[in-house]
Amino acid sequence: MAERVMWNRIVALIIKELRQLLSSRRNVMVLLTPLILQLAIFPFATTLEVKNATLAILNEDEGAPAIELIQRLSYASAFSQVISLHDEDEQRQVIDRQAALLSIRVPPDFSRKVLAGEPVALQALIDGRRSNAAQIAFSYIQQVTADFSREYGAQPPASLVVRNLYNPNLDYIWFVLPCLVAIIATVGCLLVTALSLAREREEGTFDQLLVTPLTPAYIMLGKSVPGILVSMTQGAIIALAAVFVYGVPFVGSIWLLALATFAYALSLCGVGLLISAISSSQQQAFLGVFCYMVPSVVLSGYLAPVENMPTFLRGVSEANPLTHFIIISKGIFLKGYGLTEAGPALLALLGISVVTMILAHTVFWRQTKT
Amino acid sequence: MTSAPVERSGFSWRRMSALCLKETRQIVRDPSSLLIAIVLPVVLLLIFGFGISLDTNRLKIAVVLEDDGAEAVRLASMAAGSPYIDPVFAVTRDEIAPLLKQGKVRGAIIIPQDFTTQVLEGRGAAQLQVLTDGSEPNTANFVASYAQGLFKGWLAARADANGVSAAEPISIEPRYWFNPTTVSRNYLIPGSISVVMTIIGALLTSLVIAREWERGTMEALLATPVSRTELLLSKSLPYYLLALVAMLICVLIAVFLMKVPFRGSIWLLLLSTSLFLGSALGMGLLLSTVTRNQFTAAQSALNAAFLPASLLSGLIFEISSMPAIVQAITWLVPARYFVKILQTLFQAGDVASVLLPNLLFLLLSALFWLGLTAWKTRRRLDG
Repeated sequence: MAERVMWNRIVALIIKELRQLLSSRRNVMVLLTPLILQLAIFPFATTLEVKNATLAILNEDEGAPAIELIQRLSYASAFSQVISLHDEDEQRQVIDRQAALLSIRVPPDFSRKVLAGEPVALQALIDGRRSNAAQIAFSYIQQVTADFSREYGAQPPASLVVRNLYNPNLDYIWFVLPCLVAIIATVGCLLVTALSLAREREEGTFDQLLVTPLTPAYIMLGKSVPGILVSMTQGAIIALAAVFVYGVPFVGSIWLLALATFAYALSLCGVGLLISAISSSQQQAFLGVFCYMVPSVVLSGYLAPVENMPTFLRGVSEANPLTHFIIISKGIFLKGYGLTEAGPALLALLGISVVTMILAHTVFWRQTKT
Repeated sequence: MTSAPVERSGFSWRRMSALCLKETRQIVRDPSSLLIAIVLPVVLLLIFGFGISLDTNRLKIAVVLEDDGAEAVRLASMAAGSPYIDPVFAVTRDEIAPLLKQGKVRGAIIIPQDFTTQVLEGRGAAQLQVLTDGSEPNTANFVASYAQGLFKGWLAARADANGVSAAEPISIEPRYWFNPTTVSRNYLIPGSISVVMTIIGALLTSLVIAREWERGTMEALLATPVSRTELLLSKSLPYYLLALVAMLICVLIAVFLMKVPFRGSIWLLLLSTSLFLGSALGMGLLLSTVTRNQFTAAQSALNAAFLPASLLSGLIFEISSMPAIVQAITWLVPARYFVKILQTLFQAGDVASVLLPNLLFLLLSALFWLGLTAWKTRRRLDG
């Protein structure tokens, strides 16, 4: 009987929290507008592909092979603009001014040597200030010259065939959207849970909450449910948009993704409530969320692969729930993950949830005693 | 003293410095603002410096030896000695399929059964197959290019063994300027300073002032003879100074801890930082004045200032690779100009042709945001 009463109380608390969250049109807008903006801009902005770059060419040779090579370089998909240079000074300046990402110099004896079958070297000047883009663009150039070289040189004894699994054209959007499901679910859930207790404290309703028969665990439950719902709704919206608007394949199971989102949201609630419990104002709670979120996104494998990090940060990345959720989300979207493949990451998420929830409960429980 | 109503428009240094002092005390008293101004920049810079490395070093790549002929062995031993490849050897393709699926290896180089035979036949039919994990496109590109490098090395070694010249008919020699070893840290660190400045300038101020509105202390302040200029200056000067302290910390970490070269002038750095903070502080003040609510102010500062500063500024992602509409939006992001200036000052030095236009845009943007704030604040005061 007592259990039933308690249950009714929790349901009432959850309904109150949800009403408060959705009370004003502004709150709903605050949760939805960023979602739509990010969905419209993120996939296009966050690409490491190189497109529309400028190539500068200093050609000192008038032979046919040189002209053909230059034509092929100009048609490479990474470059939308090609500048012709006249001397070395100019070559230096275009890189200095960042007018071109890289510049190629074709020496005067290029055609003669190519036709005579002698080895010849081209020079590439590359802007190291943008080293990642420059390296990628340079690899496109290398591809073109290698193909060209093969036609003029002797037949090699073997060839190399590259096939990309799960994403045949290495479409960056296929990578970004599954990650975005995870990242956007993070912001909403954390803000809702972290600011909730802090707001009650700032507005003085925290004490009122404490004098109710609800125990800290139940209050935490009531505060978690809206966060989890926000996370799952936002995640679902992005997942739908990924498939129907951006055409990302979805080869895994929807239920597994829902389960993983739930596990991830649970771990976020633990983090959010912990931040909430140790902050005395909304400002502090927000800054706390921020201090958690930025490193979490940076160390999640979304911006740069985890294996490039030093050992210490790789450890931090292991403890980061976002890392695990991104692995699951990408796996379900692109690789057809089942429970077996997603298992380790899912367990890690649940483990992190348990730890953060216990921590939050301990801190919160101690506060109610004083 | 006359009993005339207090003049509102008069500017008083005394009033302003009193307000500044009050604001500074408030900053120093709240541990969270100090956390943001000093601890966060350090943590952020360290994380950006060590966490985001786009210079892929050793990649775990499976090497499948379906062939055990001499050429296959030569390839395998070269893979084992490669500084770029951390090989996982296997005998069948079935062994590596689950490894690829679970992301345990980033790609696979498959040496098919009849590889050596076909190479010796010399009809060019031999094929070395490379599989990459396309779910991480950037890494997949690196796998392909490492495999290409291994393949070239093998061609050269084979030619060498046969006593033929190994030189490729046409080669290309890269020279990287400004950053000869292509360490991505050298351009990520200067750029990420703009993120730190955005956090202090826009995020922190928007929260602080929204709180004043929420608690009603702003109304109390407005009832005093404080003028609009005094109010805005007193709200921004302390944060400006706080941001400069953070900037100093950032530069020290970048130069002495991260060994990023600084080749430009300190004065230009100070000038560009001040101009950028003009925009950031303006944006923060504006958002809090318009929303008057901490939750909304925080969310909008996050989306209007922080995310653009990190994603649309060219810090990590190349602006020129974005579609035209997104590129057009980046012109409105002050961080775009600041990142360019920072990268140039650190790595290249005082290159006037890059710095001048970007400084001009920063100035315009600062005038725009501060002007808009002043205008909006007046309306708020009157209304």
